Amino acid sequence: MNLRRVETSTWIYLAISFLLIFIPFIVTGRSMQFIFIQIFIFAIFAMSYDILLGFTGIISFGHVMFFGIGAYSTAVTLGRMDATIGSFVLGAIIALVIAAIVSLIVGALTLRLKSHFYAMLTLALAGLFLVLAEKWRSVTGGNDGFTFSLPEFFRDSETMYWFSLLSMVLIFFGLRRFTRSPFGRVLMAIRENENRTESLGFQVTYYKVLASVVAGVVASFAGVLYALSLRFVNTAVFATDLTIDVLLMTIIGGVGTLIGPIVGAGLVEFAHHWLSGLADVHWIFERWIILYGIVYVLVVIFFPLGIVGTIQSKFMNRPVRALRTNRKSDGKKENRKGA
Amino acid sequence: MENLLELKKVEAFVQHYHILHDISFEVPKGEVTVLLGRNGAGKTTTLRTIMGLNRVSKGSISFKGESIVGRTTFDIANSGIGYVPEDQGIFGGLTVGENLRVAMKKEDEKTTERLEWILELFPDLKKFWKKEGGQLSGGQKQMLSIARAYVNENDLLLIDEPSKGLAPIMVDKVTESIQQMKEQTTIVLVEQNFMMASQIGTRFYIIDDGVTVHSGAMDELKEDKQSMKKYLGIS
Repeated sequence: MNLRRVETSTWIYLAISFLLIFIPFIVTGRSMQFIFIQIFIFAIFAMSYDILLGFTGIISFGHVMFFGIGAYSTAVTLGRMDATIGSFVLGAIIALVIAAIVSLIVGALTLRLKSHFYAMLTLALAGLFLVLAEKWRSVTGGNDGFTFSLPEFFRDSETMYWFSLLSMVLIFFGLRRFTRSPFGRVLMAIRENENRTESLGFQVTYYKVLASVVAGVVASFAGVLYALSLRFVNTAVFATDLTIDVLLMTIIGGVGTLIGPIVGAGLVEFAHHWLSGLADVHWIFERWIILYGIVYVLVVIFFPLGIVGTIQSKFMNRPVRALRTNRKSDGKKENRKGA
Repeated sequence: MENLLELKKVEAFVQHYHILHDISFEVPKGEVTVLLGRNGAGKTTTLRTIMGLNRVSKGSISFKGESIVGRTTFDIANSGIGYVPEDQGIFGGLTVGENLRVAMKKEDEKTTERLEWILELFPDLKKFWKKEGGQLSGGQKQMLSIARAYVNENDLLLIDEPSKGLAPIMVDKVTESIQQMKEQTTIVLVEQNFMMASQIGTRFYIIDDGVTVHSGAMDELKEDKQSMKKYLGIS
């Protein structure tokens, strides 16, 4: 690799990642370390959503099912086998394989149709997985869930912190490379207009299904880490709220930017923590979601392309990757065109 | 001369509307065939039907001797047809460079040479390489759209109204670029601007209400005032 050709932004991201390594030495409190771990995990989850929404223009209402598949696969494997690194790796592989198969089937069934079919089928399937987790008590523990032991390696919260950080950084750079590859360029072209992309000779469905598989597998890995961080799993990992959370993290941070979802995850998790912590000051802070809603409305008004998208567009003269509503209407107009 | 593309008695619908009733024409290899006609005659629908974006309900379309009816758009594009749509069809959120590179099936020596040639032809594209396609002017968008269709080694280019909405100076530029391209590839051009069409085209077909009603050599049409008035409203 020629170091002179490495972009400035890459050096900045690497420098920030390097600084984050030292957080456990500065912030020794377990709860703050836990917040950082949650941020890293949700950042991975939100980046996976960004591949769908931001880069390919696919809307999913049930993306949480892949997260839940990851969490349950790991928890069930570690709960039923010895708590070793081998069991963890097996659980993670099972999670990724199931997520890949489910996303492949869902994508192949719906992505040749209009995008709302994908949104509706993922919503229905996420509901199905939730019911399955509730009813299959012998394996999942039902609504109450179950706890499980972690391999020795992950018991230390600092190690869990560094492992989550490393995962997030590697996935970020991996996805960045993926989105900048010829394959990623086709995904962005599909987001802009499917008919035009097809006219250039690309089989749009194939690209969309593969994007769905990549997003599903990455979301599933976030679920693996989530189960590890809690040492517990219950049906909440299939709740639709999580899909909405991750959608908001992506939109607040900046759709189609990859770094935006990380920023969004950080903001949402810190807002959640601090606003809930202010409950003693005023009862309104117990209902932090109300304030969160206000923050969301303000962000949409003042940062229509998300925080990162707006900064890139206004101050860095970078092309805006964010999904704009008018691009979709371009396609519709083209489809309706007569003579 | 060998025909690269042939349409025989093609009929097509756009949603529930029967737009093409009887379209027949031949595109000889190495020539520029111009489709003329009034607004709403069915010229754009003809190009979209060739590309598989509208379904053929009757008739046949063959490209390089093989039927392309019923084939998918990407398959038709991969068989060697480049398409420059009426609204330019560039990807507004992608940079000029990305718009061109996404179209390159492979980035080999030959494609790179074509890209360099096209960038010499349209220096603005080189200048605005990192600019988003959506931020370009109308003329620059048209150049990008033509360049994107040309960057791959296609046997046939379908170009839909390249002069639409452009200032006269830009029309001249686009005309010049298509004239250079016709040395290397076969072109089907849909154009309302008769001046431009007559400079580029070798033969013409006039479409009226979804039917090919008249055809011949472009030089003959220039002299045929009666047909020009009857079908194109030019006196």
